[in-house]
Amino acid sequence: MAAQTLYDKIWDSHVVADHGNGEHLLYVDRHLVQEVSSPQAFAALDQDERKVRCPEAHIAVADHAVPTLRGDRPFVEGLAFSQVERLKENAANHGIAYMPMDGERHGIVHVIGPELGFTLPGVVLVCGDSHTCTHGAFGCIAFGIGASECTSIFATQTLRQRKQKTMRVNLEGGLPNGVTVKDVILALIAEIGTGGGVGYALEYAGSTVRDLSMAARMTLCNMSIEAGSRVGIVAPDDKTFAFLDGRPLAPSGEAWKQAMAAWSDLHSDADAVFDREVTFNTADLAPQVSWGTTPEHTCAVTGQVPDPEREADQNSKSRLRKSLAYMGLEPGTAIRDIAVDRVFVGSCTNGRLEDLRAAAQVLSGRKVADSVKAIAVPGSAAVKIAAEREGLHEIFLSAGFEWRDAGCSMCVAMNDDRLTEGERCASTSNRNFEGRQGKGGRTHLMSPPMAAAAAVTGKITDVRELL
Amino acid sequence: MEKFITVKSVAAPLLENAIDTDVIFPARFLLLLDREGLGRYAFSERRNGPEPFVLDTPPYDTAKILVTGENFGTGSSREQAVWTIADLGIRCVIARSFGEIFFANCFKNGVLPIRLGGDDMAAVEKAAETAEEIAIDLEAQSIRFSSGREIRFDIEPNLKRLLLLGLDEVGMILAEEGDAIEAFEARRKAELAWMSIGIDKLHALAEEQDNNG
Ligand code: SF4
Repeated sequence: MAAQTLYDKIWDSHVVADHGNGEHLLYVDRHLVQEVSSPQAFAALDQDERKVRCPEAHIAVADHAVPTLRGDRPFVEGLAFSQVERLKENAANHGIAYMPMDGERHGIVHVIGPELGFTLPGVVLVCGDSHTCTHGAFGCIAFGIGASECTSIFATQTLRQRKQKTMRVNLEGGLPNGVTVKDVILALIAEIGTGGGVGYALEYAGSTVRDLSMAARMTLCNMSIEAGSRVGIVAPDDKTFAFLDGRPLAPSGEAWKQAMAAWSDLHSDADAVFDREVTFNTADLAPQVSWGTTPEHTCAVTGQVPDPEREADQNSKSRLRKSLAYMGLEPGTAIRDIAVDRVFVGSCTNGRLEDLRAAAQVLSGRKVADSVKAIAVPGSAAVKIAAEREGLHEIFLSAGFEWRDAGCSMCVAMNDDRLTEGERCASTSNRNFEGRQGKGGRTHLMSPPMAAAAAVTGKITDVRELL
Repeated sequence: MEKFITVKSVAAPLLENAIDTDVIFPARFLLLLDREGLGRYAFSERRNGPEPFVLDTPPYDTAKILVTGENFGTGSSREQAVWTIADLGIRCVIARSFGEIFFANCFKNGVLPIRLGGDDMAAVEKAAETAEEIAIDLEAQSIRFSSGREIRFDIEPNLKRLLLLGLDEVGMILAEEGDAIEAFEARRKAELAWMSIGIDKLHALAEEQDNNG
């Protein structure tokens, strides 16, 4: 058989029908259902009096709209409350398992999927959420879909899809001190642009990737969509298998052995040909910070806000002017001179235990600047419990951070956590779009240690000086 | 779904790159449970901003065609981004490129996304800026200008059929491919047993937490 890429192998094993002309009917093994993208999908299903074909293929959880100050507080009635209630009802009506907000299995879809072992190598996994690419860290094809496509999954377990082209992103050179995988993906997006990956499934390979933990691989794959790609994927290896072994929904006993046998083939063949290859050296990378309103507006912390007048074409000039006006930044300003009002550590990009540890390491023995309001929001209840077991919450709390319950929180202005007009935030999330963290809010994307450093000094800071 | 045959209208010029889904439909409105009547939230920040917004400015307030730059609809998977512009009466978006999920979502909602570049795109941009009516004919895959000039655009045959007939894709899959899905599932069950999770296991996991938390 001809040499194949990992993406091709998984794709081909899920083709139910080939319509010719490149369109396939693709089987989907797993579907994560959240409160925001599902109500209309369920409504369409109910309207046509259709059933959920395989209830066991879905897990429902509310993450976007949930408050992160919970404890004994009641969830105040309103739109967010109704949306969560609607998810519960829909799940119950269709026999889908729902992970309640106050339980130990709750969390952001892209954090709990892997935690539960719902995400597995070799499967096709979807969710009505663009950051579904996160799960590709486990060597599966995972991508975000729209609400209509969610209806198709409920009713048919399939999607009409065209195969993507493939791009291998070779990351070589390892990570210098103070630099994380978040800096790598931000720098990569700055280099190839937010349109750079459109039409491609990205496979991340190379020595830097092999050395990454599973959490870091998830961060890497998570932001594939910011490079324009619906799919990011890393070939599974011993780290992947060790992570999954014993997870509640991972196969066990004989099934685990079968799975391991199947997974042993999950890599791109040595002579597989990719439609495009890029190599990116990570050895000399500095911590990265976004300064504009799209993730490609990113530079090293040692850099400066660019000058729109230097742009060659009119379109980029005016785009840049608009971005800087929105961000309230003057050309030439040193990134390190930008003062922040808020700090957010969390999200499906950087809300895992290892992210909290990295931030806590910077915060330990230090205090959040008086001018800054900072929150730490674990990506899941399990992350929160594990962090508390290590005492990380005490580090955050004594530094002056708030320590919240799991949810999407300030990554998306859909719950109580949001920026107000003009507020500037050092954020570990993934999107710095206008209004993303609240109307008129200004987002600077960065790694957890960088966000912690900004919290301490009250301005964007090169964390390497604090380590 | 409303059939898409021809659309004739002025084209509203929103000539910027990377108009993202948060600009098209800000996240806070995602809390609404319905998909009808979302047009009033489209481009909310822009429409309530200091400068007049093109879709509120005659003659573009009745435009059925939107012309924009690269990577339109980049960002989130929210189908609201399509519902909201469709509710404003937009049936066709012409761009240099699209966010992929947005692009796929268009076809589920009777909205035709057209990718153009080079001279063709320049001609469309000019027509938009001078408020010249253009006519989109999906069957012929053409855009006609008042000068009589005509340009062609590409579209996948299946997606074209979906739009032309206003088809319900789910119904189509169930009717045409139900057997193939069943056969696939039977094989999957036999050969890839490790992939299946029992529904009981899932529910037990969901309930377990009631005891713990
Ligand atoms: S944390 Fe942010 S990016 Fe991730 S799923 Fe939630 S809203 Fe989306």
